[in-house]
Amino acid sequence: MLSNTKTNRGQPMPKNDLQGSLDLLVLKTLAQRGRLHGYGIVLHIQRASDDLLQVEEGSLYPALHRMEQIRWISSDWALTETNRKAKYYKLTAEGRRQLQLAEENFDQLVRGVRAMLRYA
Amino acid sequence: MPILNRVANLFRRSRIDSEIAAELESHIALRIEDNIAAGMPPQEARRDALLRFGNPTATRENVTAADSALSLDRFWFDLRYAMRQLIKSPGFTFTAVVTLAVAIAANAVVFSILNALVLRPLNLPGADRLFNIDDNGQSLNSYPDFRDLLQRNKAFDGIALYTFESVGLDTGGNPQKAWIYEASSNYFDVLGAPPYLGRFFHSSDERGLDSIPYIVLSYPYWRTHFHGDESVIGRTVAMNRHQFTVLGVAPPDFRGSELIYQPDFWVPIVDQAQVEGSSDLDDRGNSSNWLIGRLKPGVTVAQATGDLNVVAAYLKKTYPTNDDAAKFSLVRPGLVGDMLGGPVRAFVAGLMLLAGLILLAACANLGSLFAARAADRSREIALRMALGSTRRRILRQLLTESLLVASAGGAAGIAASVFLLRALSTWQPLPQFPVNVPVNPDARTYLVAAMLAIVSGLLCGLSPVRQVLRAAPWEVVKTGTAIAGRSKRFALRDVLLVVQVAVCAVLLTSSLVAVRGLARSLGAKFGFQPQNALLLTSDLNMAGYSHDRIPPMQRRMLDAANAVPGVTSAGLIDNIPLGLGWSQTSVFKSGTTDFRDSNATALSMAYGISPGYFKAAGTTLIAGRDIAWSDDKNAPAVVLVNREFARKVFGSVSNAVGAHFLHNKGHDSFLVIGVVEDGKYVTLTEGPKPAFFRPLLQSPSTETTLVARTSADPHAAAPALHDAVRALDAGLPFTLFTWEQELSSALFASRTATVALGVLGLLGAMLAITGIFGMASYSVSKRLKEMGIRIALGANKLQVLGAALGRAFRLLALGSVAGILLGLAASRVLAFIVYQASPSDPVVLAGTILAMMILGLAATWAPAHRALFADPSRLMREE
Repeated sequence: MLSNTKTNRGQPMPKNDLQGSLDLLVLKTLAQRGRLHGYGIVLHIQRASDDLLQVEEGSLYPALHRMEQIRWISSDWALTETNRKAKYYKLTAEGRRQLQLAEENFDQLVRGVRAMLRYA
Repeated sequence: MPILNRVANLFRRSRIDSEIAAELESHIALRIEDNIAAGMPPQEARRDALLRFGNPTATRENVTAADSALSLDRFWFDLRYAMRQLIKSPGFTFTAVVTLAVAIAANAVVFSILNALVLRPLNLPGADRLFNIDDNGQSLNSYPDFRDLLQRNKAFDGIALYTFESVGLDTGGNPQKAWIYEASSNYFDVLGAPPYLGRFFHSSDERGLDSIPYIVLSYPYWRTHFHGDESVIGRTVAMNRHQFTVLGVAPPDFRGSELIYQPDFWVPIVDQAQVEGSSDLDDRGNSSNWLIGRLKPGVTVAQATGDLNVVAAYLKKTYPTNDDAAKFSLVRPGLVGDMLGGPVRAFVAGLMLLAGLILLAACANLGSLFAARAADRSREIALRMALGSTRRRILRQLLTESLLVASAGGAAGIAASVFLLRALSTWQPLPQFPVNVPVNPDARTYLVAAMLAIVSGLLCGLSPVRQVLRAAPWEVVKTGTAIAGRSKRFALRDVLLVVQVAVCAVLLTSSLVAVRGLARSLGAKFGFQPQNALLLTSDLNMAGYSHDRIPPMQRRMLDAANAVPGVTSAGLIDNIPLGLGWSQTSVFKSGTTDFRDSNATALSMAYGISPGYFKAAGTTLIAGRDIAWSDDKNAPAVVLVNREFARKVFGSVSNAVGAHFLHNKGHDSFLVIGVVEDGKYVTLTEGPKPAFFRPLLQSPSTETTLVARTSADPHAAAPALHDAVRALDAGLPFTLFTWEQELSSALFASRTATVALGVLGLLGAMLAITGIFGMASYSVSKRLKEMGIRIALGANKLQVLGAALGRAFRLLALGSVAGILLGLAASRVLAFIVYQASPSDPVVLAGTILAMMILGLAATWAPAHRALFADPSRLMREE
């Protein structure tokens, strides 16, 4: 469910939309880890979710670039520990606000879905 | 500033691409490193990393799409793609751009002329409240009537009076001829522009006749004749040997109350007696001035007309002899009232219509070009759709292409029109009169041209939309041709083509009518022989001659001219026929007592001539005798009349000789001593007009034209004549032209009309040829295989041609017939401008049909050739 492949071009994160969850994961990752490159984000989500969530590169990079275009995250090139050049992303102030919004929306979504499932 | 970032991205497009590639590569590299660190062999590590990454190309494209999602970049992408597509088919692109450029240029030029002459008001503050005041449909009024109108009207803030005159201005050295406005003292107050230097004259300067010895220079004259010297204010100059002081300089773009007249300076009309040597300011019967009034705020045209006609009623009652028919109306100013305004506006509007038709034809052409191109690309489009491209994307692509063509065509067209308009703006069409039309393109022109280009581009680009929307990719891929919507599309294209051929035929017909008319007017009977004649025009007043000094000097000029080798005869006339000035007057039968204009027997042209004029002019004497030097001011008043005058006033030529008639409210009685042939006096298009000719000795005039008939080429005798007159008085300004040159002012209207229509006709023909050519070659290429089969099966040439081009020919015929009929109807309008422009002329009809046939032949020659010589065996092998 979370490894959806559709990108959501140029639009701000929609409310109560499962598609928005990839953005949420990326924003949260950056909030938790500060600066991180794309590969690092994939690894972090995988580890932090106990291998439950697999982010596909084909979805991740378009999402990163889209969020950079709308100024939720910013990027710069730097060297990894292994001395390899990589593009690092970090949250902007706007991105932080979006993260908060997205978390609230997601909570709502989860509560709603849960209520729906419990309904007899 | 995300937008700045996006714009910047446009220019480092390739860098961004490589950056994306680098980022994705580094991702894979990092995974490989981790894999190796986890103990995988390098080969395995790499394989695993690539596998997990998925399709790298798709990812990269998705990332690029995410980067460029904010449209500006995507637009650039579309643009580059469109550019590539267009460059791939240079023939199509070139044809489309040139077609559009030609049409846009034609429209921009005609629109600029329309803008300059019709749309744009006088370049004065509050120009929408300025109007010329016409009396009985004539823009001319007398000075006493002007004074009454000025004092008695309630609707105007002010009414000013002006007229045109030429004078000799002496700034030290010999006088030079200059063109001026004579204006009422409130002229500048009514027009309401501030001076550039010094000041203007005002009503408060006026203390009766000859009371304002000031002149106001126009900006260009100040620049060219006073070198832009600011100390010129207060300097004294001699005009026609009278002293005037330079009072001010008008602003650079100020031309006064007319659009196309370039004045050198303004002189108060109260000084007319000094300027011209005589004055008609007290003559209520002499209508030779224009009036321009500024409406009070809130007063409508209808209210003002009503108010003026209250004054008219007063004038009728008070001055029945001169004003018994007074009836005032308001007319748009700028083109000497409705005198030029009426025909010019009608003609320019007609031109604009034709230019619009040209654009329509160009659009029709472009539309079928684009449709044909889309049809040819139906396979490519189907393929793209089958591979997942959306209809929307393909349409946007087609639209981008057509907009690109539109911009290129529009830009080229505007560039061409700017070039043409610059040339047109500096053009002085008449050698003897400072007329010039400033048609420099302004923002409005550019806007209109750009709009036309974009709209035509969109229209043409939209023509294949239906085709694309209907296209079923699987059908196209299966059969190789787009079947859906085919019949419909051809119907539209057929209509476009017929319209275009019709437009072309309209233009051809009207230009042929104009050309025929012009040819006829060049060979028309003028009542004089303009070939082998020189005209020397001068105003003795400019050199200070007056009263008794005038006749001897005129006699000396004639003697000097007669002594010039090559000159066979010479004579003087006060207003040269078909020139710029004329005089018309009411004549009465002997015994008349009621001298109101409405009781006149005829309105006749009035000329003053010297002995020898008719011989020099080549005018035939029909009966009686010519005037002699003995017919001077002490002899009885004699006159020659033309045939029309004799017919109208006396019933016949034989009755005329020896008869009398009255003139000048019965003050003068003339004895008719001879009759001459009829002629053209004011315009080439006029009908027969009565005219009479008095001896100059009995009706003196300082302003004369000397006609010198030469035995051979008049140019050869010109320098000697020039020197001979100069030797008489070096201080006398004069102009010297051949009579044929001088006629250019009379022929100007029909020449301009012919050239304009000819150019538009040529453009129309070009567009029709390319249109038919495009249609014919397209239908041949679509059916070439069929032609091949027909030939292989033994069809003869006629059958093949019929199959290939039958449709094109039918459309051509249909369009031509429609166009010729329309053109003949439209040509009736031309008859007002061009002499004897008759649409029912068999030559015009035959000429148009012939031209359309040649045009059709030229356009279908190559495609027909291709169809006839289709090689069946080769065609069968293809595909």
